[in-house]
Amino acid sequence: MTSAKTELEGFVAEVVDRYGRDRRNLLQVLRTVQDQQGCVCDDAVQTVGQAIGVPAMNVRSVVEFYSFLHGTPRGQYDVLFSDNIVDRMLGKEGLMARLCERLGVEPGVPRADGRVTVDNTSCTGMPDQGPAILVNGLALTHLTPSRVDTIADLIERGVPLQKWPGIYCEVEDNVRRRDLLLGTPFIDGSGIRAVLAQGPDAVLDEMMTSGLRGLGGAGFKTAQKWALSRAAAGHEHFVVCNADEGEPGTFKDRVLLQGHANLLFEGMTVCARVIGARRGFLYLRGEYRYMLELLEHTLAQRRRAGLLGKGILGTEGFDFDIEIHLGAGAYICGEESALLESLAGKRGVPRKRPPFPVTHGHDNEPTVVNNVETFSAAAKIAANGGAWWAAKGTATSPGTKLLSVSGDCARPGVYEYPFGITIQEILDDCGASDTAAVQVAGPAGQLVPKRDFGRKIAYEDVATGGSFMIFNHTRDLLAVVRNFAAFFAHESCGFCTPCRVGTSLMRDLVEKVATGNGTQYDLEEMKHLGKIMKQASHCGLGLTAPNPVLGSLDKFPEIWTEKLKSKDFEPAFDLDGALSEARALTGRDDVHAHIA
Amino acid sequence: MPEKIKVATASLAGCFGCHMSLLDIDERILDLVQVVDFDRTPITDIKKVGPCDVGIIEGGVANAENVEVLREFRHHCKILVAMGACATNGGIPAMRNQFTLEECLRESYVEGMGIENPMVPNDAEIPLLLNKVRPLHEVVKVDYFLPGCPPSADAIWTFLTELIQGKPIAFPYTQIHYD
Ligand SMILES: Cc1cc2nc3c(=O)[nH]c(=O)nc-3n(C[C@H](O)[C@H](O)[C@H](O)COP(=O)(O)O)c2cc1C
Ligand code: SF4
Ligand code: SF4
Repeated sequence: MTSAKTELEGFVAEVVDRYGRDRRNLLQVLRTVQDQQGCVCDDAVQTVGQAIGVPAMNVRSVVEFYSFLHGTPRGQYDVLFSDNIVDRMLGKEGLMARLCERLGVEPGVPRADGRVTVDNTSCTGMPDQGPAILVNGLALTHLTPSRVDTIADLIERGVPLQKWPGIYCEVEDNVRRRDLLLGTPFIDGSGIRAVLAQGPDAVLDEMMTSGLRGLGGAGFKTAQKWALSRAAAGHEHFVVCNADEGEPGTFKDRVLLQGHANLLFEGMTVCARVIGARRGFLYLRGEYRYMLELLEHTLAQRRRAGLLGKGILGTEGFDFDIEIHLGAGAYICGEESALLESLAGKRGVPRKRPPFPVTHGHDNEPTVVNNVETFSAAAKIAANGGAWWAAKGTATSPGTKLLSVSGDCARPGVYEYPFGITIQEILDDCGASDTAAVQVAGPAGQLVPKRDFGRKIAYEDVATGGSFMIFNHTRDLLAVVRNFAAFFAHESCGFCTPCRVGTSLMRDLVEKVATGNGTQYDLEEMKHLGKIMKQASHCGLGLTAPNPVLGSLDKFPEIWTEKLKSKDFEPAFDLDGALSEARALTGRDDVHAHIA
Repeated sequence: MPEKIKVATASLAGCFGCHMSLLDIDERILDLVQVVDFDRTPITDIKKVGPCDVGIIEGGVANAENVEVLREFRHHCKILVAMGACATNGGIPAMRNQFTLEECLRESYVEGMGIENPMVPNDAEIPLLLNKVRPLHEVVKVDYFLPGCPPSADAIWTFLTELIQGKPIAFPYTQIHYD
């Protein structure tokens, strides 16, 4: 046996031990191996599989599932550009080309000397301060041409990331409007004290009174979710916080995690008391890796303050602790059942539902999965009472909502509004003029035209998990649709055919029309395909993936029709160009070597 | 007697398996020719397609000649049918799409085993290969897709009889599912 191999085995054994030799920690183990080795090579796959008791094939399938895990080496510096439409509007494409040129690399291909890779990734949650990149998993913001030049130089000189200018890695909060959640005081522990003083039933009643609905987007009544889980029989109950925040254009959870983590952890602890859980998990998207130490530190502080751990606030038998699990670049892991799969160290493929997580969640035990914002609101509702929350908002959408505002406006950032605010009011507040359309709720949501700016942000009107991307009249809305169609094709988990194949076909059809090669027939094909995807997909991703295309065909037909060639059929590719390789290889250029 | 329906068929980048399956309708072909006249097909050996009601194509599009034949079919046939996996998706021949054309040709004509006089053929008689193998509908408009590799004789029979009778096309489950 070679010494390199023994060394790898030693390292892997140590990592696997650190994670309790528990196969549910496979993803965490693989992340650690990759951090140290640069990739999860075949040997590492075998070694990890043996050490943790999972067949090598399954280990490999996990490596292949997640965008941030690699079977072959990337560069020593792995630079990923956030490819959200708003990053593009801020100049991402030019900056990426500039960096590639400075470094002499092709996108996605490691440089021959192994120094660097430059590639794309889905929205990293920084569109209010983009263009943004990840370098070896850490977030960098406010990219400019001169920063790109400096970065190229730092990479060429091999300067370790820790020694790069600190300002590059600064992530601003940009909170522009505060209300119940961000604008009122909160004393750490007051939510837990309330549940201890009043008892879980009383707190559940307050939650019911508050009318709080899931703020991750779907809007399920939180009190009902907690009550269902509390009532469900199981060996153990779990609390899981969904901090995957993968919807392009959303970054409000990032602000809560970075500036208000105590509130979130308090909400999870209140939930634990209500449903009787002893363990909780924070599933943190890989893009937010830069916050890990801060969050661990906050957890440690809370343990010291008696707000977490054994006998919380001196209460015998009230034991609860929180572990952080890192994702690895997969939007689908925001879907709660896929998240639970990922939490168990597997590929993030959505489960069949029912049964729902409230009865069969983590470890098949009753589990509450809530969004970061939902738990944060719950902590305050426990402390302040349900009426306090219900006093704002609308009858069916009580309370407030954090919106992540980005795109064409003077003041992008996080805005907290009572539900019922109109789109026009938001545009006025953030300094957006000349707005042509707003994409609400991310690519899965809807593109709202100017004539509808009087509509309200609320579950009963325009529902949203928080993404609010603004486009002015100079923007090419078809470029927006292209970006979204490519996003879904990239993020489809591949489990079911309507979505796996449908998202790729849709992306190709959109490209065909956008590049001026489409016909009315292609538009009809897109509608037909969209209908099938909406009927037959297994989970929310596939069900919503056709929205950008179907919505814009409906509300903005002119962006499509002006691109059409007038004929009734156009080939999907350049026919004569498709003979180019054969012409080059044979040296032929006769009439038969061309297609007219 | 009403005028017979004119049908043409061709095999592009396919294995003729789909045509064999068509012949597998066995004696029903006698019923078929009561109502159908065959124009260009591998069976009649007519080389040029003329005006037809229905054109049925097996195989995908792999070279310049395939493009030409397919366009002629589209031009002459009122209804064009993609028969089988190759015509519908590219199928087996499209497995070469994972490689560059240069890799394919080098393997076949230059570096493969037992090759004498290694060179990439460049005779003007030989149709040039496309960079990638394509399904029919990426080159012309296709009206119907018959799934299967090959579609079963019964599926082909169901399709033809329903089409000829002007009925909506509907298959029994077992004719287009293989589970
Ligand atoms: C494709 C897809 C992605 C999702 N991504 C997220 C996400 O990033 N964050 C989130 O909180 N919920 C996300 N959800 C919704 C979750 O499945 C679930 O409804 C939510 O976590 C429940 O929490 P809540 O009731 O507090 O909103 C996603 C759903 C789908 C279908
Ligand atoms: S709809 Fe898409 S994301 Fe959802 S299970 Fe199917 S393939 Fe996966
Ligand atoms: S679909 Fe199957 S049977 Fe038909 S031509 Fe292709 S490989 Fe042959």
